[in-house]
Amino acid sequence: MHTPPQHKTPVDSPPRLEPAPAVAAPAAPARGRPPLPVAARRLPRWAPWAAVAAAALVAAVLTGLRLAPFAALTAILGGVGLYAWSRVVEGARHATDRGVTYAISAAFALALAPLVSLLWTVVERGLHRFDGQFFTWSMRGVIGEGGGAIHAIYGTLIITGCATLISVPVGILAAIYLQEYGTGRLKRALTFFVDVMTGIPSIVAGLFAFALFSLFFGPGIRLGIMGSVALSVLMIPIVVRSTEEMLRIVPNSLREAAYALGVPKWRTILKVVLPTALAGIVTGVMLAIARVIGETAPLLITAGVVTSVNTNPFDGRMANLAVFAFNSYKSPGVPPEPAIDRAWTAALVLILIVMTLNVVARLIYRRFGTEIR
Amino acid sequence: MTALALVAAKTVQVTDLNLYYGSFLAVEDVNITIEPNKVTALIGSSGCGKSTFLRSLNRMHELVPGARVEGEVLLDDEDIYDADPVSVRRRIGMVFQAPNPFPTMSIYDNVAAGIKLNHRRVKKAELDEIVERALRGAHLWDEVKDRLNKPGMGLSGGQQQRLCIARATAVEPDVLLMDEPASALDPIATLAIEELITELKKQYTIVIVTHNMQQASRASDITAFFNIEAAGRPGRLVEVDTTEKIFSNPSKQETEDYVSGRFG
Repeated sequence: MHTPPQHKTPVDSPPRLEPAPAVAAPAAPARGRPPLPVAARRLPRWAPWAAVAAAALVAAVLTGLRLAPFAALTAILGGVGLYAWSRVVEGARHATDRGVTYAISAAFALALAPLVSLLWTVVERGLHRFDGQFFTWSMRGVIGEGGGAIHAIYGTLIITGCATLISVPVGILAAIYLQEYGTGRLKRALTFFVDVMTGIPSIVAGLFAFALFSLFFGPGIRLGIMGSVALSVLMIPIVVRSTEEMLRIVPNSLREAAYALGVPKWRTILKVVLPTALAGIVTGVMLAIARVIGETAPLLITAGVVTSVNTNPFDGRMANLAVFAFNSYKSPGVPPEPAIDRAWTAALVLILIVMTLNVVARLIYRRFGTEIR
Repeated sequence: MTALALVAAKTVQVTDLNLYYGSFLAVEDVNITIEPNKVTALIGSSGCGKSTFLRSLNRMHELVPGARVEGEVLLDDEDIYDADPVSVRRRIGMVFQAPNPFPTMSIYDNVAAGIKLNHRRVKKAELDEIVERALRGAHLWDEVKDRLNKPGMGLSGGQQQRLCIARATAVEPDVLLMDEPASALDPIATLAIEELITELKKQYTIVIVTHNMQQASRASDITAFFNIEAAGRPGRLVEVDTTEKIFSNPSKQETEDYVSGRFG
């Protein structure tokens, strides 16, 4: 190890006072340890990018720019190159650090790749029909070109809205029971079943709603509200889970403070615990909505397929974006292109709705989130 | 009980009190009379049951699952363990170790919380008066009068603790329990709290748990010393006497060892 002729980083001027051989200075302390090494040599800031760029160059030559092998080879070569470079210049500890940092970043990029690819495809293909007509027309009497999905947009909003109306009270009350009142066996059993419900396949929820309504109205019944019931079966466990989590982080000292003022338990929960957790609960509900709004299978068998606007969830079939996209793609008619374009645009609109919900949830949390110690 | 009724401080008479967590006896056989308009300090090493005993005086103890109580606690001549716990806590207020203002509420609402949360019907002007009186009583009014609608969490630690005291006194309890109210505060804020305690005893019966023996000797009239023989054994009330006597000439050797710093 030797001290470099000039220092790359400006901050380390004081150690210059003791120049030259860093190790084994003659006046070593009595304990016999070498003094701390002075200003180790570091790679420049752009080193990781340089490594990746060089790796990409080599990979391009070797693979002839076929995407999958090119990307994989670039990632591997970049990591190995950066590690080796750092090992030579900076030493083993820094090299390990750089290697692991690189691996984590690469894993992140790998996880992001499908998402970016999906978004790109949906935006690119969905923009063809992202026009005024799409948002004002239904598919009533439309064959081939033109037409819109207003009936499906209405349907999605109404069905999901009703599902939220059903799930939020049930979910929040269940969470309050589990967190504030429940004890022993019953609580454990309920927690277990909520966990199980979180994992049930959505088609099962759809079949449940279908079976339930068939009992009362006979087979073949299709209603918007059936879809809402199916979705709320999926939503309730998510709302319970997130609300429970939020109630749990409300500090016990706040409950005690209220009890010590002679406030009864139910009012403490209503006026102290819930307001403190409110932003988190709202965020959880928003994310639960985002989770179910794109469900297709349960809505296909409960809300059915229809081409005209229906705003009454208690009266007949109701379209929605996911089923609309699925159906346009499955049976596009002749020529198929207009229907397929509409399907992509429906998917794009659905993604936009989900993104909006996510952003709103985050804004609510940031704006109204209570600082909890 | 109207909000404005002037409440005379009351005596708390504790007889043969045993406190349990499940089957574990935490505090054994406490007999003590807590005098009105006096500050009673509970001292003793960690884990000897001071706080547990304090929390049994307004039935907060039983909020811990499995906790139970044997014996008698009389507030003047009513047994608080025969009464409804919520109404007991309305009359025996509590201030906690760490300041815990309600984070969703403004300074004003924090002080008014005891009244608003209990849905007592009080006119706006009357409520303003109660809030101002409580804040003045807690020596906080001048510091916060221009920002009553700002959140209570925005205050400093010492101010938050005085806010909590104002919150506890706004409902005009008979007795005020304080669980190490100054342990999270710096010396200046501590001094402010101690002065406040001395002032509050004109109106209330005060019981304070403290680890700080100077604080006990400065701020209290009566001192009760709790001790524990060994970990896992129940805590006991060793001696209770005037603060002066406990710190100068206690009748038990254990007490003398503790207050002179020979152990614990």
